[in-house]
Amino acid sequence: MDLKDLLALKEKELAARKPIVIRCCTAAGCLSSRGEAVKERLERAVYDAGLGERVEVRGVGCLRLCCQGPLVQVDPDNLLYERVTPEEAGSIVDALNGEKVSVARGNPNDPFFTKQQSIVLANSGVVDPNRIESYVAADGYQALHQALHEMTPKAVVEEMLASGLRGRGGAGYPTGLKWATVQKAAGAKKYVICNADEGDPGAFMDRSVLESDPHSVLEGMALGAYAVGADQGYIYVRAEYPLAIARLQTAINQARRLGVLGSAVFESPFHFNVDLRIGAGAFVCGEETALMASVEGKRGTPRPRPPFPAESGLWNCPTLINNVETFANVPAILRRGGAWFAGIGTERSKGTKVFALAGKIRNTGLIEVPMGTPLRVIVEEMGGGAPDGASIKAVQTGGPSGGCIPAEHLDTPVDYDSLNKLGSIMGSGGMIVMDDSTRMVDVARFFMEFCMDESCGKCIPCRAGTVQIHGLLAKVLAGEATARDLGQLEELCDLVKNTSLCGLGQTAPNPVLSTLRFFRREYEELLLPDPFAVKLAVPEGTVSVEIR
Amino acid sequence: MAVRTLTIDSKQVSAEEGTTILGAARDAGISIPTLCHLDGIYDVGACRMCLVELAGSPRLLPACTTMVAEGMDVRTQSDRLRRYRRMILELLFAERNHVCAACVSNGHCELQTMAYSQGMDHVRFAYQSPLLEVDLTHASFGMDHNRCILCTRCVRVCWHIEGAGTKNVSGRGTHARIISDLNQPWGMSETCSACGKCIQACPTGALFRRGMTAGEMERDRTRLEFLVNAREKKQWNV
Amino acid sequence: MERVRLATTWFGGCSGCHMSFLDLDEWIVDLTAKVDYVYGPLVDTKEYPEGVDVVLIEGAICNTEHVEMAHRIRQRTKTVVSFGDCAVTSNVVGMRNPLGGPEVVLNRAYVELADVNPGIPVAPGILPPLLDRAVPVHQVIPVDHFLPGCPPCPERIRMLLESLLGAGAAPTGRLIKFG
Repeated sequence: MDLKDLLALKEKELAARKPIVIRCCTAAGCLSSRGEAVKERLERAVYDAGLGERVEVRGVGCLRLCCQGPLVQVDPDNLLYERVTPEEAGSIVDALNGEKVSVARGNPNDPFFTKQQSIVLANSGVVDPNRIESYVAADGYQALHQALHEMTPKAVVEEMLASGLRGRGGAGYPTGLKWATVQKAAGAKKYVICNADEGDPGAFMDRSVLESDPHSVLEGMALGAYAVGADQGYIYVRAEYPLAIARLQTAINQARRLGVLGSAVFESPFHFNVDLRIGAGAFVCGEETALMASVEGKRGTPRPRPPFPAESGLWNCPTLINNVETFANVPAILRRGGAWFAGIGTERSKGTKVFALAGKIRNTGLIEVPMGTPLRVIVEEMGGGAPDGASIKAVQTGGPSGGCIPAEHLDTPVDYDSLNKLGSIMGSGGMIVMDDSTRMVDVARFFMEFCMDESCGKCIPCRAGTVQIHGLLAKVLAGEATARDLGQLEELCDLVKNTSLCGLGQTAPNPVLSTLRFFRREYEELLLPDPFAVKLAVPEGTVSVEIR
Repeated sequence: MAVRTLTIDSKQVSAEEGTTILGAARDAGISIPTLCHLDGIYDVGACRMCLVELAGSPRLLPACTTMVAEGMDVRTQSDRLRRYRRMILELLFAERNHVCAACVSNGHCELQTMAYSQGMDHVRFAYQSPLLEVDLTHASFGMDHNRCILCTRCVRVCWHIEGAGTKNVSGRGTHARIISDLNQPWGMSETCSACGKCIQACPTGALFRRGMTAGEMERDRTRLEFLVNAREKKQWNV
Repeated sequence: MERVRLATTWFGGCSGCHMSFLDLDEWIVDLTAKVDYVYGPLVDTKEYPEGVDVVLIEGAICNTEHVEMAHRIRQRTKTVVSFGDCAVTSNVVGMRNPLGGPEVVLNRAYVELADVNPGIPVAPGILPPLLDRAVPVHQVIPVDHFLPGCPPCPERIRMLLESLLGAGAAPTGRLIKFG
């Protein structure tokens, strides 16, 4: 395979395109509401109507407005159909002949769609994730070819540095710097790992990317491997994502067959293999050192850093570890240049960010917006605000490591620094909207329960501290806590934040701290007035026989 | 070996490259409290007792796993560190059922001694009082999970000094437990060589020789260190 | 100098701490020169008096009577000392806590192991019901000083009392000894 073959494959795929394309979402959300049957019925209807020559029914990745799934989109008329049932699906094909449609029509010009800017999701909902040809037709693997034949590894890293891309896993470490460190690290053997252990409650960005466009992640990893000098990659993906696993495996097989993975990629000296490693369901394995221990077949617990994976990672070799969305950005950056990417977003947060919009909001689903987009635009214009006339009270970002941003701060631009200033974090992209019926202490307790259950148990502050914090929050909610308990709660949050071994513990108090910061009154209203009041349980029914 | 010069508690200290802050401090006669550290086996940085402040770093660092570097300015004592250490001890005492009066290690327990030295005279946090097992299936040894602080010293000596690989950790968070083999009763373990290294390593009364009663369980840590020195540094006579 | 009003009391404990107190031997004579022992198992006072300066509380809070008494003590006392491990940590008394409510231990003691007349004694108004859990004193009332030990040895008791009788602040660090 060389560039000529790649371009020929692209031309062949484009030439086979039919004038009308019916795109059916086959990502997990729509599949769970009978999306597969919808697709089959559409194929059947096209065949029955004798439209096989003119119409293609294509299974694609996420069409984004998940709450209205299953979604079907028809080109070139840009028609969007929502909540399509297998029973009614045929009428979409009938409509091609001018008949009346019985399926609900969505508005593809709604701000939910028009305010988006796609880099990571550019192929999502467009290409068929099960066919590498579909990805190649969308200029896929051209960046890899270009890098292998026209760029030195150093030039690739420089392009990444110029792009200003920061890690999308949550912490926001500059990706180019990380690549440069691994590149410079001494060692004959190096590894590339893609962290696909997405685990924040309410977050499904990485899953959607993997299900919708697995090749962009593979290409990103291959580019990373070339830049740092690695020949083996692992994608650590959680077992709860069976569809993503299946599509990744298909993608890896196809890429090997095509010669864009494996040995002598694009007839260059570059070798690169990718294998999947399936996580067994521990949230902490999303932490990079725990993840690597898990890949090595050990108990998935974190270890102190330094040394950082870039110096000593998998099997003590220099390891480049990035998140799914980070890798998915790479092909576009290499194809269009770091300067182009750096032109999007804000001064210190470049590019776009994918968010999973969930909670008390009209439009739930997947969005990709330029960094710096005000939160208000996301939740009010794109999300359509809270349903049923309720008003938005807060937006939770960053999952169990993040915080709650109150409605009065909705004009905050969404970028790493602005969110940090409000005591929250960008996180991996979960965005949960809460309306005025939400009790913030409940929210804090929910996330603390999550962290308590997911703590690996290695370090004491996280293992035992989260239990105590959770107990105190439950006490507050039960109306049995005092001002003393609240003081103890804050002391424990400070301890767990500052002394825990890994990011899980260090950020676990954030939901409590941020709700205390903005909604302290909700805590105080639940306290007992007497600071030393105690409720001690006396069991009932200890009576059995009387003293003789 | 390159020598690094650093400051620990305002004292100029020299240490070989590759020495931990803990090692450098101890060589200089500065004691840093530890629980999961055990001379002779590698460190895991789990107990967080040895956290120290490093000038210019917003993060606290575990002295047992952080290597010395030229010009480091380390503080091992501050109000904040003392407060954190005390709280960590309180968390441990509240987590399981530590009843010193009824413990085989009473008087020889590192957790107990640490509580005295850090001024922990009572526990403010809610006692969790979990119902935990005592494994008395082994012919020579017993394991009382009520007293275990999950320092994993036993796991590390079992794997890295004895090489038996009997002890391990299972479960997550507060449900984490030290187990034998595939979570079997210790007495049924096929890998345990009954060497007793775990018994020597345990800082509390969690692991003990059977037949011991309150306060009788004393341990000899030097044996473990002797073995490692003999093996790695060929020092046979101490 | 005005005489200090000293009390001691005994909740869920074995009286070992009081025994240790008696082991102060002749120093008790010196002590009585400075204090009035106004309430405790060593004297015959029925009601906990008002205006107590120092109280040593032995034992954990185990039943409803202990709770009421603890609150009464707090109201009527300047300085409350948790005296011994049971008061400080709930210690041996708290070993029933992991088993669940008190029924388990009551059943074991009065039914399963009974040789004659098995049955859990019930006498409303006479026998106070046990709490769900035995808890340290400081979980029920604010405590000023902690004197752990099972029992605290006489030297430590003396050290604490001397400090409370005006010889400087309590030497906390040297007073700690669990078990």
